[in-house]
Amino acid sequence: MRAVCWYGSGDIRVETVKDPGILNPNDAIVKVTLTAICGSDLHLYNGFIPGMERGDILGHEFMGEVVEVGEKVQKLKRGDRVVVPFTICCGRCLYCHNNLWSLCDNTNPSAPLLDTMYGGSGAALYGYSHLYGGYAGGQAEYVRVPFADVAPIKIESDLTDEQVLFLSDIFPTGYMAAENCNIKPGDTVAVWGCGPVGQFAIRSAYLLGAERVIAIDSVPERLRMAKLVSKADVVDYSSRDVLEELKDMTGGRGPDACIDAVGMEAHGHGLEYAYDRTKQALMLETDRPQVLRRAIMACRKGGTVSIPGVYGGFIDKVPMGAAFAKGLTFRMGQTHVPSYLGPLLQRIENREIDPSFVISHRTNLEGAPHAYQMFNERNGTGCTKVVMRPN
Amino acid sequence: MQIVWNQSGAPNVHPAERWLSLLGGGALAIYGISKGRHGVGRTIAGLVIMKRGVTGHCEAYQALGIRTAPSNATIPYELGVRARAAITVSESREKIYQFWRELQNLPRFMQHLQSVEPREGGKYSTWVAQGPAGKEVRWEAEMINDIPNELIAWKSLPGSDVDSAGSVSFKDAPGGRGTEIRVELQYNPPGGVVGAYIAKLFGREPEQEIRGDLTRLKQYLEAGEIATTEGQPAGELPKQGRTAGQIVREAIA
Ligand SMILES: NC(=O)c1ccc[n+]([C@@H]2O[C@H](COP(=O)([O-])OP(=O)(O)OC[C@H]3O[C@@H](n4cnc5c(N)ncnc54)[C@H](O)[C@@H]3O)[C@@H](O)[C@H]2O)c1
Ligand SMILES: [Zn+2]
Ligand SMILES: [Zn+2]
Repeated sequence: MRAVCWYGSGDIRVETVKDPGILNPNDAIVKVTLTAICGSDLHLYNGFIPGMERGDILGHEFMGEVVEVGEKVQKLKRGDRVVVPFTICCGRCLYCHNNLWSLCDNTNPSAPLLDTMYGGSGAALYGYSHLYGGYAGGQAEYVRVPFADVAPIKIESDLTDEQVLFLSDIFPTGYMAAENCNIKPGDTVAVWGCGPVGQFAIRSAYLLGAERVIAIDSVPERLRMAKLVSKADVVDYSSRDVLEELKDMTGGRGPDACIDAVGMEAHGHGLEYAYDRTKQALMLETDRPQVLRRAIMACRKGGTVSIPGVYGGFIDKVPMGAAFAKGLTFRMGQTHVPSYLGPLLQRIENREIDPSFVISHRTNLEGAPHAYQMFNERNGTGCTKVVMRPN
Repeated sequence: MQIVWNQSGAPNVHPAERWLSLLGGGALAIYGISKGRHGVGRTIAGLVIMKRGVTGHCEAYQALGIRTAPSNATIPYELGVRARAAITVSESREKIYQFWRELQNLPRFMQHLQSVEPREGGKYSTWVAQGPAGKEVRWEAEMINDIPNELIAWKSLPGSDVDSAGSVSFKDAPGGRGTEIRVELQYNPPGGVVGAYIAKLFGREPEQEIRGDLTRLKQYLEAGEIATTEGQPAGELPKQGRTAGQIVREAIA
């Protein structure tokens, strides 16, 4: 089969590899009908996530048709149309039982190593480095899906692939980010990053009753989408002082909740950005926490900082004193995708939201190297989200 | 992991190059590999150390077999390596004890173990493990303590390739969180303590081995299968050098 493989920073190749087979009794093989590139894939593309191996198959946002099931699979059968969450979950451990799916104990073969690094290991992820299990990803014609009965959701309605694909990651991720804000009537939520996750965070904050959402980015097309499609007020951080702007827009209070939908590769300008770029280059700091710093400073007293943006290692100069003095709450982590599948599919079926609005580019697997480049560049490419149809 | 050095300076005698882990009579043991130039000298020295160790054993076994305080067991043992690890599994003590007590089950989750054949209801058993360079290593073990649903302790018998003692204990975790499994291991590496020290530097320390095995046990008991990616597709690999995946796998093997 053809598959999108990682060969190093900025080096994505489409290769012919062997087809995946059943390796464990709860596995299924899915023939991929649609897959997407995620902002998280860009952290791999730019070489910021350790534990990648040359030849690794990428992709954790995918859906398709079940073509083979292992002996213990009961719910799914050949021919079923499924969306597969990016977290691999056993469904049996204490974390899965408590709806903390992305913290599953039992799916990561590298768990002892992650345990040593982080003091605990979460669920394995598709196509996301050998620290997260090294599972081959779904930017391919076929993919092996472990614990097939647990996380995947069957799609029986006539919704298109493009309408349901993002249940695999970014819609639940934006939704959980908003849910973590504990939104109350009258609340203002500030969202840093108008990428796909940011867009779904904005939409979800409104779905959950926010009075107002203020979105921050510098990429014109993304700000335009945030404003016109997702109905946020927008601030361009490249031309405005975001902190002043937010204070002003909220009558001096500050936003009730702040969402960091940017993560470890935040951009910026001036001395602070130069500082983080340099420290990151010298390996003195692994992640660039520009947005996190802003979110803490901006948030009103007693507010919440919600962090769907991915961090992998160490950050520097985080204003902990401000966070403490203002009594902030922090919520973060990989999304507990299975918890959200049913409710969010319902919202799509009710026509409350059509997630395909974020798609800007459509291609096939062969177009992957170009698509990664375009999605990574952002500025001037008009690229907000790429989906790929393998066949 | 704690390494207890012997006073006579055995470490200088035989630098060991590498380590592999083994699972000793009921749980785990680690031993050094004699390889290359100093192989013979090291093997002899190793045997001397093993012999020396034998006398200290019974106290160690007693300490490990004490039902009330397995985790505080101090091993009054002048030479050897001690390691311990724990994991919590969402199953009852009874079920986990029974699974472990069927010693034939152990190779399902202990990576380097090939087979265990119990005799006389498990009182004695023969263990076969995959040794260095594909060599088979076998030893005889005796179960020296067996408290149903609480504790199993063992030692290897004199004359075995592997010289070790250890215990596994089972305790209810609070608030319905399942069972806490604790493994304690004490062993004499044939390659001497230097080997153990070097093994630690290379990241192949016994605690890591035990943790890996306990993780697989948990996966097997809770999820019904052991997570793997062995045999999945990937793009063509570079011709030489260890890949990140290999390094990760070796670090946790
Ligand atoms: N928690 C999870 O489970 C989960 C799931 C999916 C994605 N993510 C993470 O969410 C983040 C966003 O994902 P995405 O797909 O939207 O990525 P993306 O790269 O497309 O979007 C990031 C956006 O942030 C903007 N940005 C950069 N620096 C900024 C700054 N200083 N201030 C404001 N905006 C800034 C960029 O211009 C870009 O539009 C990534 O870190 C991704 O890894 C997390
Ligand atoms: Zn993603
Ligand atoms: Zn689980």
